[in-house]
Formats: sequence, structure tokens, C-alpha cells
Amino acid sequence: MLGVVRQKMLGQSLPKIRPVVSVLRSYSSAAKQMTVRDALNSALDEEMSADPKVFLMGEEVGEYQGAYKISKGLLDKYGPERVRDTPITEAGFAGIGVGAAYYGLKPVVEFMTFNFSMQAIDHIINSAAKSNYMSAGQMSVPIVFRGPNGAAAGVGAQHSQCYAAWYASCPGLKVLTPYSSEDARGLLKAAIRDPDPVVFLENELLYGESFPVSDEVLDSSFCLPIGKAKIERVGRDVTITAFSKMVGHALKAAEILEKDGIDAEVINLRSIRPLDRSTINASVRKTNRLITVEEGFPQHGVGAEICASVVEESFAYLDAPVERIAGADIPMPYAANLERMAVPQVEDIVRAAKRACYRSVPLAAAA
Amino acid sequence: MALSYLRSSSSRSANLLKPLSSSLPLRRHISTDTTPITVETSVPFTSHQCDAPSRSVETNPKELLTFFRDMALMRRMEIAADSLYKAKLIRGFCHLYDGQEAVAVGMEAAITKKDCIITSYRDHCTFIGRGGTLLEVFAELMGRQGGCSKGKGGSMHFYKKDSNFYGGHGIVGAQVPLGCGLAFAQKYSKDETVTFALYGDGAANQGQLFEALNISALWDLPAILVCENNHYGMGTAEWRAAKSPAYYKRGDYVPGLKVDGMDALAVKQACKFAKEHALKNGPIILEMDTYRYHGHSMSDPGSTYRTRDEITGVRQERDPIERIRKLILSHDLATEKELKDIEKEVRKEVDDTITQAKESPMPDPSELFTNVYAKGLGVESFGADRKELRASLP
Repeated sequence: MLGVVRQKMLGQSLPKIRPVVSVLRSYSSAAKQMTVRDALNSALDEEMSADPKVFLMGEEVGEYQGAYKISKGLLDKYGPERVRDTPITEAGFAGIGVGAAYYGLKPVVEFMTFNFSMQAIDHIINSAAKSNYMSAGQMSVPIVFRGPNGAAAGVGAQHSQCYAAWYASCPGLKVLTPYSSEDARGLLKAAIRDPDPVVFLENELLYGESFPVSDEVLDSSFCLPIGKAKIERVGRDVTITAFSKMVGHALKAAEILEKDGIDAEVINLRSIRPLDRSTINASVRKTNRLITVEEGFPQHGVGAEICASVVEESFAYLDAPVERIAGADIPMPYAANLERMAVPQVEDIVRAAKRACYRSVPLAAAA
Repeated sequence: MALSYLRSSSSRSANLLKPLSSSLPLRRHISTDTTPITVETSVPFTSHQCDAPSRSVETNPKELLTFFRDMALMRRMEIAADSLYKAKLIRGFCHLYDGQEAVAVGMEAAITKKDCIITSYRDHCTFIGRGGTLLEVFAELMGRQGGCSKGKGGSMHFYKKDSNFYGGHGIVGAQVPLGCGLAFAQKYSKDETVTFALYGDGAANQGQLFEALNISALWDLPAILVCENNHYGMGTAEWRAAKSPAYYKRGDYVPGLKVDGMDALAVKQACKFAKEHALKNGPIILEMDTYRYHGHSMSDPGSTYRTRDEITGVRQERDPIERIRKLILSHDLATEKELKDIEKEVRKEVDDTITQAKESPMPDPSELFTNVYAKGLGVESFGADRKELRASLP
């Protein structure tokens, strides 16, 4: 009901609002813009400058300036002792990184994509994540494993998997998923400073995207807390959780939903482990409806965990079943049209939000 | 280890005084006597891509006695662990090292506590060599608070970071890249120390070992890979697992040395040589030809894939403790009775420690949730029934 009234009011006032909005937009473009790539590069640079124990290791991180240019300029600045090009041997160099962390150094180990981390996963889980517990606190492992995660564009099944759910299920690891440049800077700095093993899941398609950054974000002491989600857009009608690239999709979906009178709250998770259950639950208790969005496979995914958490903590507040939007339950196809169907699109999020608000047509019967 | 012996033998100082007219030269007591003695190793070293060190090893009565006592202690400890396991006081996996003691003691004699050691799950004696106590061993095996990992690790996860002992690893071969990482960090920190990464003949075929060796050779890391070749990877004899069981040669471009791992002095010489090499020239492989009397673990009788004759043969011909005993007796450094007394003391020490370890309580239930992270951020963790048991991680 309120939505209908809101819609009419919007319709009347929109012509007046638009110029104001464009003025606001020009104000925001006056603030500094920074690509995610530059954000990661500057974070690495600052942390390496601040702590001589921090070093970078991975394929092509040095002379090639980084496969995706994330480590551009770092070899020149810090030298080959601290920026190490490795052979294509993930099990070997991930293990060496963990061993260096045992001794007290602070390695940043890059996987060219997280698909290749599967070659090293024993070291991430058994050598890194569990060591502090098995040794009753003697062996802490201050290591960061970072690199692009999830789907890129047209790279096929073996190069497109999202590993958030796999790593986030393991106690002893921290798993971070930046979206914006602010996220990239603040979370990478936090990860490098953290004494525990951190899996830092970037996204190749976000590297070139620009976001506004404040002076606070640009300061070398800037750091974001691990385990806290960010409410990117406050809303009243439905909660949409997302991480990494999907945050952008969720925000676009929210703009579309607004025209239909649905005011969506978009939560940028930032941290998959620890998961900010209290922010998610507080939001659902306000909106009573939840859509979880992720790029990865649906079964046993991040959305499944969020849904379970909300059902356990806030069951009485749910006015509709929780909706999951996830990557298709198939290996990633190559053909462009099939690939588009395999990854969540903005319209998928919009449709699910409308379903949760009982605004859509009845679902088609299953085949 | 030698220190505790000194304490218990202070009453023997009277023996130091001998009449000047005696035909025997005035000699200091064996436990403090550092008069150099030169001993030949049982067999010469075989080398790959390097010049082997000399067969003549310098030692002294004090060191030989330390070897004897330490190995006797380790032997007794492992046999006692066998009994505890059969009495169901030790659970899960228990991999015993008896027969291989010379590798642990010989290595320690050549290095310092600033050098790093990392090994597999057969880690009880290596932990003792690094300065761990018997109490920490037995308490950990029985899952008690007094254990080196406060009961949370178990047999395969002993650590002693203050003596640069980095475990204790259950995944076969994983410790080798980790050890190369320790060596990387030592070089990065300019510490002028080395890392010994120990692995078995079973692990010698692991791909990650060659990945780590390649990087270590490229980056000149002070990493010493030590293959404790006891000739059986669980139930599989070396000739069934490795096309080339010449493990000291498997490094290809990396030099290697084959060592009689039952001869503590040969082990000491090889480790001394390896340390000097690694600090100057990068990685080197040591193959210790050794033997385990027990099966792979307590669930393996150890007799289905090898003959009892083979086991008793090694015990008679090559036992590391007997070797040192013969050496001490032939050089007239102590009497048979003195050595037997040491063995009795050691047995008593082990028995007393087990009694003490049994008194150690099991961990407090709150320890379920400690040490998951070094910095827990107050995050919530859950028990099996999350509505019943949850905790805030410190």
C-alpha cells in the first residue's frame, strides 16, 4: 500500500529530483576515484613499506608486474628478496609460504586464480588453518593467500569456480571478499596485519572498476575490521546479501526495484568467515525478507549458510521463504549465451526480490 | 639430558680421585670428559654431486655418554608408549621411532637450537632431542593438559617453537615444503642458520618435495632434506614404491649423501657437513639408512611385509644403542655396570614420568574453543548443537 503511494509521489517529483541527483553525482566525482587494482597495489605497497617481514610471492608477481598488474612497481621498489617470482608449482610455493609464516615472516602468497589454489589446498587447510589449534597456540600462521576468485569472462569451467564456501567452512581460516576500492584497501591491509591465515578472494572483473575513495581510505593507516559487513544501501522491504562482484549487481537490482516501490537493503558481506550474522539478522528482522546472492555453486554455498543462520536466529521475523540466487549448478560453459545463464544477472535478483515480496506471477510448474 | 645425569651422580665425585701411583692416567669422569677421541664411521659415506666428508669423526667421552643416555631414554620412552597404547591410554595414531634414535641424537650433536627441525608424525624422539620433556610427551600422548600441545594435538602434533622444532605433521610429505619455507625465512632474516626437513622413504616420492627442492635450489635456501629411509613406507617396501630407491641421488642437480643412520657419529658428521654446505651452497639431501623395529604404527604388527629374521638381524648387527655401548666399553670410558645403571635410571625416569603424566588432568571443556585463531575477534563458534553450546573466540 505504502509502496503504491510512494510510487505516485516519486512519479510526480522525479523531474524535480533528477537535476539534483546529477548535481550530487558531480559532487561525488570530485572525490578521488580509485580502481580496485590501484587500491590493492597501494595496500600491498604500504604494508610492505611498514613491515619488513611482509613479502610477496607468486607466479609473475615480479618482473611481469603481476598477471593482472596488481603488483606493478613492487619489484622495482622492494627488490627481488621481497617480491619473489615462483615456478608454476602451487603446492611447493604455498608450503614454502606457510613455513616462512611459521618462522615469523608475513608472506602474501598470490594464486593466479583461486582455481589453482586446489593444488595447494592441503597447505592452506592442514598446514596453515589448523596449526594454531593443534599446537595449542605455539604456531600462529600470519599468511595471506590472495588472488582472483570466481567467474571471469569466457574462461570456461576450469577457470571460473568460486571458492568462498569451501574456504569459509574451515575453522582457523579467515575469508575476505572485497567489493569496492575501499574494501580492497581496508581488507587487504587488515589481512596482512592479521596473525591468522587469511584467504583473500578478489575478482578479476572488478580490478578495472573505479570507486570513490575518501581521504581516510587513502591514509596509510586505514584498515577495515574483519568480520563486519557493510550496509551499502539502507532499505525497508527486503534484505539482499551479496559479496564481491555481486554487490554491484545487487545495487543495480535495488535501483530497479525502487521503481517498483520495493526498497531493498543491500548488505556487502566483506567477510565470509567470520560471517557477520548479527548485521544480517538485524536487517532481516527489519525487512522480514531475504535474498542471498553469490556467484558460486548453490549447493552448500554461502547463501545456504546465511539462510540457515537466519532460520535459526530470526525465524519468527521471516514473512517469506529465503530466496537464493547463485551460479548455476553446472560447470561453467564457454558459449556466451550459456555463460550468461550460468551466472546471476541483475534481473535474477530483481525477480527473486519480487517473489519474496509476493509481487510476482505464480512460478511456472517444474518440468 | 646430560645435566640430569650430573645431578644424580654428584655422589660419584669421590671416584675422580685416584692414587698417583696408579698405572692408569688420571682421568676425569666420563660425564664431563671432553678429551677428543677419533672414531671411524661404520661405513664410508656415499656421495652424489659432492665430495663426501671424512669417515673419521671427532667425539669425546661426554658426547658418547650423552648419546648413550639419550638414546636409551628414547628407546625406553617408545617401548613404554607401546604399552600405554595397548592399555588404551593412548588413542588414535601412534608411530614409534625405536631403532631410529641415532638420527635424532646425531643430528642434535651437530647443530644448535637456532637451527630448525621439522619432521613427520614419527616425532616423539625428535621432540625430545630438541629439548622437550618426557612429561610433555606422555601427557600429550594421553591427551592431558600437561602435554606439549595441551592435549589438543596428539602423537602426530608435537611442537616446540622456542627450540625451533616445528612439528609434528600428519600429511605425508607436507613437512618438506614447510621446511624449505623455514629455510627461506632464515635466509631472509640473515640468521645464518639452517633447517633440517625430515621425511621417510614413503614421502620421498611426493611431488611437492620436488617442487620445494626446485625452489630451494633456485633461491639457494639453507635447506637440508633428510630422508629417514627405514625401507618401508607403511607396508610397502622401498623397491615397490620407488623406481629409484637411491634417495640421496633423487635431488638430481642437488647434492646428496648416503649415511649409515644407525651410527650416531656418522649422522653427526653428515649433519655437520650438510650444515656447512647449505649455508654456502643451498640445499642438500641426506639419506639416513635406518630401521624401525615397530610396524608403521601401533595398528601395524610390522611382520606381514618383512620377516622376523630381518628385524632381529638388524637388532643384533646394527642397533644404534649397542653400537655406542660397544664404543664406550672398547675405549674403556665406562664399565658395563655403569651403563646398565644408566639404563635402569632411564627406565625409572620413564616409569615415574608416566605416573606423573597420568595425574595430569584432561583439558577443561572451555579449551574446545581456544586457539582456533591467534586473534579471535570475539567471533562466535559453535558446538554440535549450536543452540546449546556456543562460545566467543578469544
